[in-house]
Amino acid sequence: MSTDSDGKFGAYGGQYVPEALMPAIEELRDAYERYVLENEDGFMDEFRERLADFGGRPTPLQHAEQLSERYDTAVYLKREDLLHGGAHKLNNALGQVLLAKYMGKERIIAETGAGQHGTATAMAAAHLDMPCEIFMGSTDITRQRPNVFRMRLNGAEVNPVTTGRGTLKEAISETMRDWATNVEDTHYVIGSIVGPDPFPRMVRDFQSVIGREAREQIKAKTGRLPDSVVACAGGGSNTMGAFHEFVDSADPSSADKSSGQHPRDRVDLIAVEAGGSSLDVDEKAGVAPNSATLSTGEEGVLHGARTKLLQDSDGQIMESHSVSAGLDYSGVGPELAHLVDSGRVDAVNVDDEAALEAFHRLSRLEGIIPALESAHAFGYLEENPEEVGDVTVVNLSGRGDKDLETVVEETEKRDLDVDVDMSVFREAER
Amino acid sequence: MSDAVDAVFESGEPAFIPYLVAGDPDYEASIEYVEAIERGGADVIELGLPFSEPIAEGSTIQDAIVRSLEAGMTPEQYFDFVEDLDVDVPLVCMTYYNLIYQYGPDQGPRAFVERAAAAGIAGLVVPDLPAEEADPLRAACDEFGLDLIFIVAPTTKGERLERMMEHVSGYVYVQARLGTTGARDDVSDQTDESLARLAEWSVPKAVGFGIKTGDHAERIVSAGADGIIVGSALVDIVADGADSDDPTEAVADRLEAKARELKDGALAGAGLAAAESVE
Repeated sequence: MSTDSDGKFGAYGGQYVPEALMPAIEELRDAYERYVLENEDGFMDEFRERLADFGGRPTPLQHAEQLSERYDTAVYLKREDLLHGGAHKLNNALGQVLLAKYMGKERIIAETGAGQHGTATAMAAAHLDMPCEIFMGSTDITRQRPNVFRMRLNGAEVNPVTTGRGTLKEAISETMRDWATNVEDTHYVIGSIVGPDPFPRMVRDFQSVIGREAREQIKAKTGRLPDSVVACAGGGSNTMGAFHEFVDSADPSSADKSSGQHPRDRVDLIAVEAGGSSLDVDEKAGVAPNSATLSTGEEGVLHGARTKLLQDSDGQIMESHSVSAGLDYSGVGPELAHLVDSGRVDAVNVDDEAALEAFHRLSRLEGIIPALESAHAFGYLEENPEEVGDVTVVNLSGRGDKDLETVVEETEKRDLDVDVDMSVFREAER
Repeated sequence: MSDAVDAVFESGEPAFIPYLVAGDPDYEASIEYVEAIERGGADVIELGLPFSEPIAEGSTIQDAIVRSLEAGMTPEQYFDFVEDLDVDVPLVCMTYYNLIYQYGPDQGPRAFVERAAAAGIAGLVVPDLPAEEADPLRAACDEFGLDLIFIVAPTTKGERLERMMEHVSGYVYVQARLGTTGARDDVSDQTDESLARLAEWSVPKAVGFGIKTGDHAERIVSAGADGIIVGSALVDIVADGADSDDPTEAVADRLEAKARELKDGALAGAGLAAAESVE
């Protein structure tokens, strides 16, 4: 399942954590190898069964008729928005909470940015009867209120993190501090393919069900592999989840199906980052008004791994920005950084406005309200339809219910080509 | 390795190792504060170079790091700071790996260690660099004669502990309790357990995390520690001074008195009279 057994991806990865956490990380690595890689005690069987019955897998691969017509290419949506909780996050959260249970841990902690991972973890913890605490930046608590309600309703404690700008970076740091304090009975459910080994490969393995299903589904529907897979990238868990099964794959059947369509010798993998408001950096203020780590970041060490980071020339970590809380992070998974460096994954980016427009477009054209994170992938499709080939799979990583207030507010601020007149509320009050 | 650090532990007296964040709350005041804790009896000083994501620190030191960064501290200014200090005791730089890794024209730890050695730094403590990832930094420290001081946690046991003991340089930083840095009102049982686990090794053992008073210092030295490391209890004094805008000299006097209380506690724990330390 995994070819990176030393926890390194090229120069990236590793285990840059306080000594107090090292024994727990060694214990986790051992448990990952036994239960996840070797299916000891039938762990993976139980995981898959729960993912089906509780989570609702497999999720559909849907042909998007309007988008296909608009871009003159066959667009397929991997509908992770239909997974329980409304995002791909449950694949990983359920896997890790179950693993914690197998390891005999008694308490679950997790960070969350958009609240999707926190919500998925709270649901999985309730489902498996584990006490759960979520650390969430105070800025994110304000802009992702619906998810805060959901976490509380599932019985999780939500701890606001007020340091820094109060977003995902600070939430991860604070969760690591809690873990360093309570490491003996607590498992930290990291929400993305970031952090010290084994988290990046373990989270990827739990998420790789996305690409595994998509690969079978696209072949069943079209008789071939897609020319490209497109996914948004913040930390990168939906990205690697969608890409993993395609990384090594040339389509052996594509040669005889070409009939003048110039099939590619491999599936293009396109990671769409948040371009935010600008790709420029204000080094003096320590702010990068984007989260385009793969496109613009430099190698460094943060939150347990060597990876690409948004940082100043001294190595201080910059505050990132995106209209989408789930992409708003200064780092990125080490495996994704490596795949970009090696040329296997293309890193591109889409700014706040294009993501907002894509949000409205998908809502109107396809009747699907996407998460703002996923909307970035559709923003790329709008701007570069010629880059995705004849058949493309776009990972619709989550649904947008959590983003409704943000979208209405951010749309009103801008001169966008969409109308979100909400005056009906005022009329109803009269 | 650093002869100056070795000499401290060979003196027979327990070592008092205070920690402050360089540049907290600003460059000039911080110089005064570091010199004051030396007057109060410091044997080695751990001087924090602030990093934006200090995952091992509790709120007291996180706040100090924010104050220092907002006042403009950078790695380059940190080395100027060290060179401006008028202190005789060995200085140990405590910082996070990304700042070490990014320093200089090429990535990697060598340029940082070379500059640190030139500034007179005797050793490094890097809380987010476990032994597994430390080979490049250890090589640079060997090249330039710096100690690379490792933290032994309450969870460090068995083979892992044995492997670490093979590479001790300067002293071991014995983490007195799980969690982050920060002054506490009690001494953790984990401290005794950790010291007992380390008893068979003859390396100098300095205990930190949570020490707040002279009584704590006494208790920990009498339990077998060769030194005590105190950060947050001193940084609290800097924070109070910054909050109430107190004159630098008044804050420096308070720091010196607190340092003396801790040093005297450590001496008492070793069965030595406080007077011996005062010339």
